[in-house]
Amino acid sequence: MREVSRDRIKAFLTLLPSIILIAVFVYGFIGNTVWISMTDWGGVASLAENPQKNFVGLQNYVELFTGFLDARFRQDLVNAVYYSVLLLAGAVGLGMFIAILLDRKPRGEDFLRTVFLYPMSLSFIVTGTIWRWLLAPQGGVNIVPTFFGGEKLTFQWLSSKQALLLFNWQHLLPVLLYVVAFVLIIIGLFTLKGDTPKALKRYLLPGLGLGACVWLFGDLLPQIYFMEEMHGFNLATLGIILATIWQYSGYTMALYLAGFNGISQDLMDAARLDGASDWGYYRHVAIPMLKPITISAVIILSHISLKMFDLIFAMTGPDNAETGHPALNMYLTTFRANEFSKGAAIAIVLFLLAAMFIVPYLVSSYRQRRARS
Amino acid sequence: MIRKLTFGSVMLYAILAVLVVLYLTPAYMALITALKLPADITLPRAWEIPATLNWGSFSEALEMLKPNLINSIILTICATALSTVLGSLNGYVFSKWKFAGSEIVFTLFLFGMFIPYQVILIPLFQTLRAMNLYGGLPGLILAHVVYGLPITSLIFRNFYAQIPTALIESARLDGAGFFSIYTRIVFPLSVPGFVVTSLWQFTQIWNEFLWGICLTRYSENPITVGLAQLAGGQAVSWNLPMAGSILAAIPVLAIYVFLGRYFIRGLLAGSVKE
Repeated sequence: MREVSRDRIKAFLTLLPSIILIAVFVYGFIGNTVWISMTDWGGVASLAENPQKNFVGLQNYVELFTGFLDARFRQDLVNAVYYSVLLLAGAVGLGMFIAILLDRKPRGEDFLRTVFLYPMSLSFIVTGTIWRWLLAPQGGVNIVPTFFGGEKLTFQWLSSKQALLLFNWQHLLPVLLYVVAFVLIIIGLFTLKGDTPKALKRYLLPGLGLGACVWLFGDLLPQIYFMEEMHGFNLATLGIILATIWQYSGYTMALYLAGFNGISQDLMDAARLDGASDWGYYRHVAIPMLKPITISAVIILSHISLKMFDLIFAMTGPDNAETGHPALNMYLTTFRANEFSKGAAIAIVLFLLAAMFIVPYLVSSYRQRRARS
Repeated sequence: MIRKLTFGSVMLYAILAVLVVLYLTPAYMALITALKLPADITLPRAWEIPATLNWGSFSEALEMLKPNLINSIILTICATALSTVLGSLNGYVFSKWKFAGSEIVFTLFLFGMFIPYQVILIPLFQTLRAMNLYGGLPGLILAHVVYGLPITSLIFRNFYAQIPTALIESARLDGAGFFSIYTRIVFPLSVPGFVVTSLWQFTQIWNEFLWGICLTRYSENPITVGLAQLAGGQAVSWNLPMAGSILAAIPVLAIYVFLGRYFIRGLLAGSVKE
């Protein structure tokens, strides 16, 4: 028995250096960044080796969201949201579609899988360099239609000033509430068929109620900014979204393909015998079974889209306002403008957005592991 | 088995063919542009195959990126080796020597894999500066080893879960201790685990950019930073950035094409709940 307990101590001591490193470099550093974001980093003397930091509370955050000089951060944040949503939709949708195609076992499956997955192994800098050339306004993709007798496209992929779905930043609160109501209604409509009372009670009615309330009384909500400031979906980000989907759809394809292969042939045959068409099999059997895979893909992709830095840097350079992203803004604010405390605040905003997805995911996977052991 | 030529299978192959063309287009574009003479590169004729092949761009780009390539090779080999060995030991403890709270510790480890690295960038920068490691490769190696711990521990933990606990138990009854079980039983069975993990770490570290640009000085820049500088200058003609992209991509592409099976296993291990 004594031998075993000594071994246990050895095991723990083996792990200890890693525990200390993670504790300091992950948790300690996050705490430190939170603290920095609440200081002024020495104000004018910010370049000193050890600046005299003064606690300023949430002032950096207030400035980011409502300060006159930080309009760019707000557009970056809006960009990041659209960017995440479209990347998720594109990469999950396309990846699932290709996985279904390859699940039909076409000839040359290995070759095909290699072709769809190779972008994943590349550096974002490599991808960005190549796509910048592909999306050059006077050449690349824009002149492809001329090969088929069509007109040349004139879209400015990475520098277009056009924006869709504009909203006034003053109305941020009602807009956010509308989004919540919209999501509730969509979830409600999707679950309506399966569990009608729950769908009505949990999603549809609250969603409609919330939407109606905001529509009727939204004007009473405080305006968070002193003047009109429009933000929307910048079309210039489309090129970056396309490149990211090109790079990451193979990844979701690999996830789904592994999942499809794991489904037993018996189940597939049973579904066929019950009269399910190919489409019906995927729609009602395979894809619902792979819900954990979909969740993993959403987590990984959302975290990638929130820290997107390299690709935008390589495609447009860090200074292109139309395709800005908080991750780039953090770099510019911190290392170019030397505003360390504001850079830290941007990083914390990014971190909180990512944590919204990751913490529930890790908690649920922890519970599963505990339940099993 | 001979398949019937149905409408469905024709459609399947047609869609797949279109997708293959779309996915290979960027690679085609990179290759033909890299092989053109600078004077032949014009936007309206960007898609044409060059009349004369100019291999010179590759040697020119290689000459310019050589210091970066050497930095990246040193960085990647050191950081991959260290983080893989540590990950193996951690995975061994996490799967075979569970202690009270080890699952919580493991979950706390995993969290480190999913944070946007901007959130630790400023303290990391300051800490490296205080340790006199800022600007050089050792600091960058340290960062890659520490933030590689979650993923390497995860892959090895899941890998060692397949080794039957009975095997460990019987070795223990024979008087083997913690380290001798590792060196005599677990480590010899680990070769596939080491391959998967080190390939994964190799591609991640080779491709990394944010720390490369924020934590190293010019002479120590890794390949991604060198390539971004090569491509960022407006005056450079496009054959050099494209040749540089291909050079930077070759090591990871080679891993992927020749050892793709292991690469995919790392990819799945990093995402799917066991």
